[in-house]
Amino acid sequence: MVHQVLFIVFGLICVAGAINLLLQRHPINSALSLVVVMASLALIYLLLGAEFVAAIQVIVYAGAIMVLFVFVIMLLNAGEEERTRGSRVALILGVPGVIILAATVGWLLVTGSGQLGSVTIASSDFGETHAIARLLFKDFLLPFEITSVLILIAIMGAVVLGKRES
Amino acid sequence: MDITTFIIAAVIKIALVVFIMLTGVAYTTWLERKLIGRIQNRWGPTRVGPFGLLQPLADGIKFILKEDLLPDYVHKGLFILAPMLALIMSLISIAVIPFGETITIAGHTTALQISGIIQAGGGISDINIGLLIILGVTSIGVYGVALAGWSSNSKYSLLGSLRASAQMISYELALGLSLVGILLLSGSLSLREIVQTQIQGSVDHPWLGFLPHWYIFPQIIGFFIYLLAAYAETNRIPFDMPEAETELVAGYHTEYSSMKFAMFFMAEYVNMFTVACLATLLFFGGWHGPQLAFLPPLLQSLLPVGYFALKVFFFIFLYIWIRGTLPRFRYDQLMAFGWKFLLPLAIANIIVTSLIVAWRA
Amino acid sequence: MVPLSWYLILSAVLFCLGVFGFLLKRNIITIFMSIELMLNAVNLSFVAFANYWNTHLDKLPSGAQMVPLSGHVFVFFVMVVAAAEAAVGLAIIISVFRTRETLNVDRVNLLKL
Repeated sequence: MVHQVLFIVFGLICVAGAINLLLQRHPINSALSLVVVMASLALIYLLLGAEFVAAIQVIVYAGAIMVLFVFVIMLLNAGEEERTRGSRVALILGVPGVIILAATVGWLLVTGSGQLGSVTIASSDFGETHAIARLLFKDFLLPFEITSVLILIAIMGAVVLGKRES
Repeated sequence: MDITTFIIAAVIKIALVVFIMLTGVAYTTWLERKLIGRIQNRWGPTRVGPFGLLQPLADGIKFILKEDLLPDYVHKGLFILAPMLALIMSLISIAVIPFGETITIAGHTTALQISGIIQAGGGISDINIGLLIILGVTSIGVYGVALAGWSSNSKYSLLGSLRASAQMISYELALGLSLVGILLLSGSLSLREIVQTQIQGSVDHPWLGFLPHWYIFPQIIGFFIYLLAAYAETNRIPFDMPEAETELVAGYHTEYSSMKFAMFFMAEYVNMFTVACLATLLFFGGWHGPQLAFLPPLLQSLLPVGYFALKVFFFIFLYIWIRGTLPRFRYDQLMAFGWKFLLPLAIANIIVTSLIVAWRA
Repeated sequence: MVPLSWYLILSAVLFCLGVFGFLLKRNIITIFMSIELMLNAVNLSFVAFANYWNTHLDKLPSGAQMVPLSGHVFVFFVMVVAAAEAAVGLAIIISVFRTRETLNVDRVNLLKL
């Protein structure tokens, strides 16, 4: 019961934040509504027993990536979004495509939910930091190392792109 | 423990801790003015009450009664939201900080921590990602500063907040990495458990046979990185670039007045307390200290809290002392120091610590 | 007890809103934020499935292997990639703004006929 109420509350906050992201004209308002979405997603992760993922969601996404977005918006002094015509392909093909996709997925999930079963608030040792670390540094060691190389490349790319040519 | 007693106990604890914390904040401002005064050969506040002790109260009344200006051409919503965000985020982190073991009042035992729960077996369960929660909440606190400067629509504020957010993001890395050594030694992210390993270690195998098993001794480099990075995170001298009065008027809170300014002010001091509490818990054994057997039992049960408060007071004093002693860095020096010195040093500290831990295992 | 499908529907809704933002918004920073929203939606279904398989391992077809926690590890990787992407993407946005002095994608159309 508590689980359902909390899920509905945070789920509604999520969706409201995402809709607000689309409706706002000023990028800083969009960025802040995205932060709201991410924070309530972190709370939903806690409901699913994923405490470590929830913590890094807040630290990495809301605390680092979105601060970077806000920083860039402030730095470029981005104003209100201009209304321009936009891409015709996106309007003609994209929007109906997404609506069809959403309808199909929604229909599948609603009709198939009986077979899927349900999710519970997990026991305390599931999603624990120790277990994730063991998995990450044993079974997923190679992908982990590759992502560190990816990060290094990204740092160098960002430095090269951000440097002013003299 | 049923849910109603839990909620009642939690509400009482929250009210008490917030009250003590805000009183502590108020008197830290008094202590700061007094100490800085003595360092600079002045008296500090003396007029209001004996030794100026009622000065914080007078300041509070002044803040409430002053006119709350809302300048033209500010982004109204964010301008009002920003100081609240800063204060709330700084207060949230206190919820996970443990102050001591347990306390029994009128037959009811409770943990000395807002988020601590007494389990059925008598053990205390803590949030097992307490440290990560503090780091996360601190990183959300950056928004308060960033939005304050941007929404003020003034160039001093904007420059101050750009500096502040760049500085806080940069030093967050060194701050987080400086704590990894502690995590390697204690093997836990729960603050209570980290203190517990230090207390247990002091009994089992003290360093060199007589020193308490506090992590300051093996992690002295990590401690200094933590202290420097934390000073930059809280925007205090010598890293108070975001508000640098001589260059930027007052940085991100130039346009703020009255209670909104007071919120930023309070947030800064609450953050100082969080930093001091964290340093105490992680490096100085938390509430660990010599047991004095001759005291009456009630005082003995409060003794750990006393040790904790004493250590926190030491760090607050250090903050003020450094403010009275050191000049401000230049902005480029600050960034170079963070990225080129503290970060590599923190990584080297992690490598050495993990090699030692692996060798001993 | 919440049906797994609720979490998946929430994830799908967020993903579709992200796609709408990507198609309809004209500011390059907001478009980039829509991509982040889509990544977050995918993360939600990873975490929901990790929890689901933790208690429903008996529903696996015989012979199939499954480590429920690997859902969390995947979220970790997605976040790392998102961080890398944000760093490079924002650097690109800054250099586009320097040369074109606009953030509107319709005004960055030199190669268009």
